[in-house]
Amino acid sequence: MPKILNKLKCSILQTSFKAGEGHIASAFSILDILWVLYDQILKIDPLKPRDEKRDRFFLSKGHASLGLYAVLAEKGFFDKEEFERFGTFDSILGGHPDRNKVPGVEASTGSLGHGFPMAVGTALGLKITGSQAKVFVLIGDGEANEGAVWESALLASHHNLTNLICIIDYNHSTDRALHIGDLAKKFEAFGWRTISIDGHNHKEILESLKLKLSEKPTAIIATTIKGYGSKMMENNPAWHRKAPTKNELEIILKELT
Amino acid sequence: MRQQLIQSGEALLAKDQKLVILLGDMSVFGFREAFKNFPTRIYNIGILEQSTIGLAAGLAMTGMVPIVHTIAPFLVERSLEQLKDDFGYQKLGGNFVSIGASYDYSALGCTHHCPGDVGILKNIPGMEIVVPGTAAEFDSLLRQAYDNGRPTYYRLSEQENTESYPVKFGKAQVIKKGKKATIIAVGPALRPSLEACANDDVTILYYTTVAPFDSDTLRNNCSSGRVLLCEPYYTGTLTNDIMSALNPLPIVIENVGVPREFLTHYGKASEQDAYIGMTGSAIHSKLKKLLL
Repeated sequence: MPKILNKLKCSILQTSFKAGEGHIASAFSILDILWVLYDQILKIDPLKPRDEKRDRFFLSKGHASLGLYAVLAEKGFFDKEEFERFGTFDSILGGHPDRNKVPGVEASTGSLGHGFPMAVGTALGLKITGSQAKVFVLIGDGEANEGAVWESALLASHHNLTNLICIIDYNHSTDRALHIGDLAKKFEAFGWRTISIDGHNHKEILESLKLKLSEKPTAIIATTIKGYGSKMMENNPAWHRKAPTKNELEIILKELT
Repeated sequence: MRQQLIQSGEALLAKDQKLVILLGDMSVFGFREAFKNFPTRIYNIGILEQSTIGLAAGLAMTGMVPIVHTIAPFLVERSLEQLKDDFGYQKLGGNFVSIGASYDYSALGCTHHCPGDVGILKNIPGMEIVVPGTAAEFDSLLRQAYDNGRPTYYRLSEQENTESYPVKFGKAQVIKKGKKATIIAVGPALRPSLEACANDDVTILYYTTVAPFDSDTLRNNCSSGRVLLCEPYYTGTLTNDIMSALNPLPIVIENVGVPREFLTHYGKASEQDAYIGMTGSAIHSKLKKLLL
């Protein structure tokens, strides 16, 4: 794992501790994917985050915002000092991202099953206007309980949105509620090309994201571990939404460093 | 008004390269020429209203101007969170054009009735709500507001007034001036309101935009402090707007509108009108009570 990932995880923990808020385990689940996306894939200028020609990234599972904020701050979309103010009354950074406040955030998400349809609409709009930009959207397996996810999957394949790549953070959050089964087969049945990867393996993440577009939209089923990197947190439901205590913070920081 | 949507939609598709129409498997045959002429900007999107609203928001994020069209309960009630989050909260512009109104589909039962739409949508900050009284008024109001960058709901109905007025988006129109009371007639409620008080010394204000609410016109035309509110959807929906507009004037309000109950009779919309009191004679009785 690149050193930068541990550094980002430490800053997420410290920020969450300070704010007393945050879905850290979800942020750790997707952090490798986000880093590869912003470091090597997305064509976005942090100084021109609304440039018409940019690639788009939608964090449909908005509760993992700390992961996105950490990466955006590292890449220069806003000051790192702003990241440290996460969750305070007049901060631009809340528990769920707000597109009208945060440079680099495409959609204000939080309620699950909303970011994916908006990404589909954006992909259609870019197709209508002849843009070459790509649209990436990241959803969770729990989020895939929502009917709107499958409505969107149907719309994207029907309208041949080849410029759309949906990454599914398959950390098995949904298992305790609704067993969702083989997501690759499900997306294939909806008319998508699918690729299954280890969502913490940077080589596999990069190769899947760099694949040439096909005649179908692409679904990347990324198997991940919720809370990845901290034995205390990994796959522990108590950490779904929880800020660390001082003692927990020290323990996890030691694990990471 | 539904036919007008087709004509106005086709005209705007020709005029504005940014316009995209999304049909919820509704009015598809009517738009057949548009499908031939603008194949990349009109879609029979299917029967999936929640994702349709989200998809429309995504289109708006790329600079397109969406019009989404289907029957009122599916457009408003089924997709409410999408309208709130994907348009209201994101601060995106879009147009939502419903048909069916409160009970145009009277015989189809309560699943196809939607007297709650205006009251529900008023809870979304920034949502604009238009209730045209005729097809010509809808055309005018749509052209005035469709690309204003804000979410706007257009409530179309098979019930129409007999005369069209030169309506302005966001402004109420003074139809008649009098001293004893002020009648606020919304959209198609103007026709029975005019029948009710042709010979009475009352003011009639005609509202085709109910959000934002034109407080100034009411404030300048209600010295009596007596208001008869005639709304073609759930009764009393605009009461708070009226109270706020006239504050601190003491006022008395009588209401005509759809009662807050499931309308479980079938038949024709005109029979529902008679049942709820949306007729000239019933409104006149309310007026007499107000003037006692």
